[in-house]
Amino acid sequence: MSEATQLREQEEFREYCRRWLEENRPAPPSTTLPQAAYEVTYEDHRNYLVDWQAKCYEAGLIATDVAREYGGHGHRNFQAIASAEVRRANVPYFLNWIGLGMTAPTLLVHGTEEQKKRFLPPIFTAAEIWCQGFSEPGAGSDLVSLQTSAVKDGDNWIINGSKVWTSLGALASWMLLLARTDKNDKYNGITYFMAPMDQPGVTVRPIHKMTGECGFNEVFLENVIIPDHLRVDAVGAGWKVAMSTLTSERGAAAGVGAVASSESPMGAIHQLIELAKRTRRNGRAVWDDPVWRDRIMKIYERTEAAVQNGRRARISSLNGGAMRIPLQGKVVGSEIGQEMHQIALGVLGQRSSLYVHDKHAEEDGRWALGYMNTYTGTISGGSSEIQRNILGERVLGLPKTK
Amino acid sequence: MTQPRDFGFSEEIQMLKRDVQRFLEERQPITGLRASLAGTEDPHRGNVRGGWFDREAWAAMQELGWHLLAVPESAGGVGMGLVAAAAVQEEIGRAACPTPLTSTLQATFVLREAGAETALAKIAAGTSMSLALYSQDGSLEAEDTEVVADGDRLTGTAWFVQDAQKSDGFIVAARAAGGVGLYYVDASAVTVAPDRIVDLTRDQGCIELKGAVAEVIAAPGSAGDVLARALPALLTLVAADIAGAAEWQLQTTAEYAKVREQFDRPIGFFQAVKHPIVNMMIAADETRSLMYNAAAAYDHDPADALRCARLAKSSASDTAEFCANRSTQLHGGIGFTWEADVQIWHKRQMHSQFLFGDGAWQRARLAEQF
Ligand SMILES: Cc1cc2nc3c(=O)[nH]c(=O)nc-3n(C[C@H](O)[C@H](O)[C@H](O)COP(=O)(O)OP(=O)(O)OC[C@H]3O[C@@H](n4cnc5c(N)ncnc54)[C@H](O)[C@@H]3O)c2cc1C
Repeated sequence: MSEATQLREQEEFREYCRRWLEENRPAPPSTTLPQAAYEVTYEDHRNYLVDWQAKCYEAGLIATDVAREYGGHGHRNFQAIASAEVRRANVPYFLNWIGLGMTAPTLLVHGTEEQKKRFLPPIFTAAEIWCQGFSEPGAGSDLVSLQTSAVKDGDNWIINGSKVWTSLGALASWMLLLARTDKNDKYNGITYFMAPMDQPGVTVRPIHKMTGECGFNEVFLENVIIPDHLRVDAVGAGWKVAMSTLTSERGAAAGVGAVASSESPMGAIHQLIELAKRTRRNGRAVWDDPVWRDRIMKIYERTEAAVQNGRRARISSLNGGAMRIPLQGKVVGSEIGQEMHQIALGVLGQRSSLYVHDKHAEEDGRWALGYMNTYTGTISGGSSEIQRNILGERVLGLPKTK
Repeated sequence: MTQPRDFGFSEEIQMLKRDVQRFLEERQPITGLRASLAGTEDPHRGNVRGGWFDREAWAAMQELGWHLLAVPESAGGVGMGLVAAAAVQEEIGRAACPTPLTSTLQATFVLREAGAETALAKIAAGTSMSLALYSQDGSLEAEDTEVVADGDRLTGTAWFVQDAQKSDGFIVAARAAGGVGLYYVDASAVTVAPDRIVDLTRDQGCIELKGAVAEVIAAPGSAGDVLARALPALLTLVAADIAGAAEWQLQTTAEYAKVREQFDRPIGFFQAVKHPIVNMMIAADETRSLMYNAAAAYDHDPADALRCARLAKSSASDTAEFCANRSTQLHGGIGFTWEADVQIWHKRQMHSQFLFGDGAWQRARLAEQF
């Protein structure tokens, strides 16, 4: 295909995505959805979001570039377009973001033919929701110290241990599970499994977040039986596989569907400016105060920089190395989001104290709630501190912290 | 958005950028600069620094055609845009190179916006030029000029002229009966009074005009419009210089953190060192991406050029301050010495931070569009 033909087809596909999203935007559910998929708890929200994701899959916005034999739509270089349009469109997020963002990319690289054929299609349609069982009470940033054990028993593995901070654990039918198969070999003693959640020995206990919302869970695993065909890659290869999952989680790998947040960062900036314009203090708009203007314009500048970084990352002669910009994505994006919310609370002043469901709260308390939820981004999936270690070591070649 | 996907970086521009980088690596302008500075270190002894630059290198650059790359073909130039000019300036910043090319590139874009073919042809023929627009309080508004035009004679003082001692001619804003216009004045017709400045890689000074013979570049009354159209290019070129210098500061500091050992380890092992270096990278990358975006906007999407350029300079000014600060601090005692190269880039960044307005200034102007 000539470059011109390809460009034209991409433009047509973008037009199609835009029109489809415009025409199929769902009516909001009867009760307000949480701000992100991380906090989804209730059955009605689950059903609403599963329907929405299935519809987007049917329309070709998910698994766009995945081969047809795995349930994909078999295009080339279309997914980035679909994902960008989903993000732009301000539509509900995809509930199965762990399946789309972590399981699918991991299986595409490390899965067997049977595993890909069996597990990928229901990920795309959200028929099967996934959760990620990596973290444990004693193994957070230092994930490799995880203790949950897997012991071989004929064709099965017997799992014992516990996981924590498991997002979507209460809704999921499958878990990406890291378990220790060799106590004497830290890195080569970990194996990667797909664990069914609906079975004896699995106990899920919700944990409330500082916001009061649920969403993540403790998961206790007691003599849980996993057949060997649910193992991903070789025994002892789990750490390597986990690293490829985490690369996807941190957004540094091409995905199979937008991990859609319902709002683009640039959209949030414009809302912040509007907020500052309509919020009055001592008889004038907060926007007229140069101190607040400067802070808002600084975060606007950094948000635009993130967009332009995305453009530059694709240009090999200007990106300073393939991973330099992508590996910054999560730490920079999450910190910009946090700062943006902190500014909004400052703009609101005393009114920032009003929380969700207070009848005087600005936009139903979204800024206070959103501010607290920005810690999801700065802590999970490798904290900002850990991201800076990774950037210093992998991109700049500084000595390893450990 | 009508910008090309790749910021308009053609094969040709990528090659040009690599050529400039290689050329400056071979020339090592800092070595010559240091030799020229010997004996002038102590500010209390009041030696004025000479506006040194490598004249052979400048001649070689002209042979390679870098001085005329943004001059339109109609005036004898190569006719490339700001994307190419900013790519070259980024490399000049990376090398902290003292050269009249820096101000000549800026002058080129002012002349382009004025449609001043004759003056552009002078640049193409090898004349280096600098902008003489500021008043004593540093205002860049043409209306604030302290120079007066009487026919083709200019009288008054222009302040903060960059590369004042290196330039063959100046573009001066002057008030005539019909309003403020832009004029070309030959260096031989003015007195240059050099400033004592912090930055060792630039020179700066006042241009004193006493009935100096001038040629009109932009008619009386039009200087404000011309400068407003050129401003995005000026901001972007300084941002490009900062981006290049910041990358040098990042790489130099990271390398030092790998070789300097304390407490039995390379200091880069410690997170109080490692994490700020990563923050230098984050800052440098944000600036660089915004700068390319601004250059591409000027060339391809002029309606958006000023917004993009202010974003770039806003980021660049803050990056200049931060990277300079960390580069000295993380080198310890050696970083505080005259001997250390980080001091040279540090001062260039201090200077660039405020050229055409610092970050807070750009953000105040940006806010006005909402
Ligand atoms: C909202 C949310 C959702 C999550 N969802 C999931 C999920 O679905 N599945 C899952 O497996 N996990 C999940 N996590 C867990 C997450 O990955 C861990 O919380 C994270 O890796 C940090 O581990 P920790 O909480 O044990 O903190 P710790 O590792 O104890 O860290 C405490 C502090 O010390 C810092 N620190 C630790 N080590 C270093 C170091 N070497 N250098 C510098 N600083 C260091 C950290 O940055 C942090 O500030 C989730 C977490 C959150 C907040």
